[in-house]
Amino acid sequence: MAKRDRLSGNEAIAIALRQINPDVFPAFPITPSTEIPQYFASFVANGQVDTEFIPVESEHSSMSAAIGASAAGARSLTATSSCGLAYMWEELYIAASNRLPLALALVNRALSGPININCDHSDSMGARDAGWIQIYAENNQEAYDNMVQAYRISEHKDVRLPVMICQDGFITSHAVENMELLEDGEVKEFVGEYEPENYLLNPECPMAVGPYSITDYYMEAKRNQAEGMKHVEKVVLEVAEEFAGISGRKYGLFEAYRMEDAEYAVVMIGSAAGTTKDAVDQLREQGEKVGLLKIRLYRPFPAEAVAKALTGVKAVAVMDRAEGYTNHGGPLGADVMSALYRARSQALAVNYIYGLGGRDVRVEDMEGVFDVLKQIAADGDAGETYRYLGIRE
Amino acid sequence: MATDITRLGVKATWKDLTEGMVIAGAGTSKEFNTGEWSTDKPVFTEEKCRQCLLCTPVCPDSCIPVKDGKRGGFDYDHCKGCGICVKACPFGAITMEGV
Amino acid sequence: MSYNFKETMSKPERLAPGHRMCAGCGGTIAVRNVLRGLHEGDKAVIGNATGCLEVSTFTYPYTAWEDSYIHNAFENAGATLSGVEGAYRVLKRKGKLDETYKFITFGGDGGTYDIGFQSLSGAMERNTDMVYVCYDNGAYMNTGIQRSSATPMYADTTTTPVGSASNGKPQNRKDLAAIIAAHDIPYVAQTTFIGNFKDLHVKSEKAIYTPGAAFLNIMAPCPRGWRYNTPDIMEICKLGVETCYWPLFEVVEGKWILNYEPKNKLPVEDFLKPQGRFKHLFKKGNEYLIEEFQREVDRRWEELKFRCSRG
Repeated sequence: MAKRDRLSGNEAIAIALRQINPDVFPAFPITPSTEIPQYFASFVANGQVDTEFIPVESEHSSMSAAIGASAAGARSLTATSSCGLAYMWEELYIAASNRLPLALALVNRALSGPININCDHSDSMGARDAGWIQIYAENNQEAYDNMVQAYRISEHKDVRLPVMICQDGFITSHAVENMELLEDGEVKEFVGEYEPENYLLNPECPMAVGPYSITDYYMEAKRNQAEGMKHVEKVVLEVAEEFAGISGRKYGLFEAYRMEDAEYAVVMIGSAAGTTKDAVDQLREQGEKVGLLKIRLYRPFPAEAVAKALTGVKAVAVMDRAEGYTNHGGPLGADVMSALYRARSQALAVNYIYGLGGRDVRVEDMEGVFDVLKQIAADGDAGETYRYLGIRE
Repeated sequence: MATDITRLGVKATWKDLTEGMVIAGAGTSKEFNTGEWSTDKPVFTEEKCRQCLLCTPVCPDSCIPVKDGKRGGFDYDHCKGCGICVKACPFGAITMEGV
Repeated sequence: MSYNFKETMSKPERLAPGHRMCAGCGGTIAVRNVLRGLHEGDKAVIGNATGCLEVSTFTYPYTAWEDSYIHNAFENAGATLSGVEGAYRVLKRKGKLDETYKFITFGGDGGTYDIGFQSLSGAMERNTDMVYVCYDNGAYMNTGIQRSSATPMYADTTTTPVGSASNGKPQNRKDLAAIIAAHDIPYVAQTTFIGNFKDLHVKSEKAIYTPGAAFLNIMAPCPRGWRYNTPDIMEICKLGVETCYWPLFEVVEGKWILNYEPKNKLPVEDFLKPQGRFKHLFKKGNEYLIEEFQREVDRRWEELKFRCSRG
């Protein structure tokens, strides 16, 4: 029985975590994710969870302790943003290579410098090759739903990889929206008990984790790790289907919005997809064949499915909320364009950098992008493929 | 449940490696022979030994087994021949010999 | 806790042979003997900062540890064991675990005094129920003998090499045991390898079985980095103590206790002389450097005695 409520994204994540009742939650505050451990600490203080909450002295330590707890046999997680994620960068790789299922509630924020507390995706994009599963949300409801699904994906025996549940700083983390919550019991039953195979606190068999690996093993170890990633798409879809059964809300690897006969498409991640949907709706009313592909699962990147969804599109704009400093675009642009190339797509593609450090994206901005796509298709030439949206020239 | 490390030689394929490179089990290093490193080895003369055990804590390689308060013979499969035990023995019961 | 050496040495070995530390390494002597502080039947999870000990005792697929073991990274052994200990608490609380576990982490002075200092300080301040053991060999030995904040003054290291314009490391070593004691944790002790290891064994048992955070600082000579005759390790440690360069003390619930006061305090040059890293101090004309070293040892020794006199 769903409960309707009005919640911020941070509050929604904290409630999901209360319902999950994880074992160990080490945390260090950083704007805009601070509220997640704050809310959670009050659940601990009021005896609403069994969790061991460890207020550590840095983000490096929060991820280190989460890794220790997970290896020990406990369901663990932490939350962070921006520089906090950058600080734990080394640990992200270690969590993934140890094949530890754990969760990170990430509230996306620009990386310094200059220091800025508002949303962009430079933090999680920097961590995209760390071996973590990355799942993004457009709104508070999706952030909550993704968090509820996180451990089912991360702990799946074919996967056993850490998962980053991402939402946009302030835009969803602090904005209050109407949403539906599952009952505590429904979440508990859905998530289930954590039953690790090998763990440090197993009295039947000790375990050693974190070896030195000579060259003879290192490359095989990485290939072995990659195998876990190969199963993620399948597991994400299975878990989403089961989740739909209890919530009525359907999720996939991405959301294809009015893409059926679209000739001009935008591909993007996160909250600005909501703005783009408004632009799509308005242009569709004018008879324009436009659509949106909103990426939910970014790591691993569902390249084949994305290319397939873009079949028949004449021109596509890939929107990156992070710079890549490649002189030809951002990370999502590179992924989508390589997916199109592998699929021998004839679509003309451009890559926009937008919304850095919380720069607002308006419906008119996105309508402008679709105008550009129409022109590109008419010209038969994408022109400069590396562009900025909403910059003062 | 314990990992069978005999399957994990340097020619093992990626499919054979343990997930997350964890080893379920303990003390598997005993399978690795460090005794061949040494150019000298300690020799234990049992008649001179008074079982004071002063040689046992100083060994960096856990190569002097103790059972019921008495030391046994050296573990030559692992002894690296550092010679610390020779100096620790007050009774001259340990001497070094070239290998 | 009455101490019995033979019983202590008859306990099952918890660090297996076959690890790849150098012949004569002080690090594993420290580890083996600390683990003898564990009561038989009690289980343990061992943490380890990156360093010689880690790369040599868990070289895939060979683990030298008879207990569960976790190495995470260089600078986070304190935080990592905090997470393990947190997991233990919650699994106990949920009735998922009956056995008693103890938590012991090992780091060299690089992982403890320097890069892991923040993580260690956090774990101590939170009074995590664990023992952090620093095996202090006074330099970054794993990467090839670079200076650390534990390196004594005038030591010749690869980043403070002796040269025509250098006498080795210009600065004094950090007094980490005192800094950790300032965290007001229940138990801090400094020790090394002396005689039948009673001092180390007793302190290890106390540290392991004191509820809350405990810290052990163990001088663990490195034959490679210190350049002494490898078999002489026990003599080197003894000289460290008899010259009062490395005093044996405890801080129990904030009270400072001196465990040993030499009847005849030896000049520090007796400790320095057998070590190649101090060879340049014994060149003619460099006597003043040894005098300076001696003054610092004396100053610290008097300071320690004063602290202990206040109880």
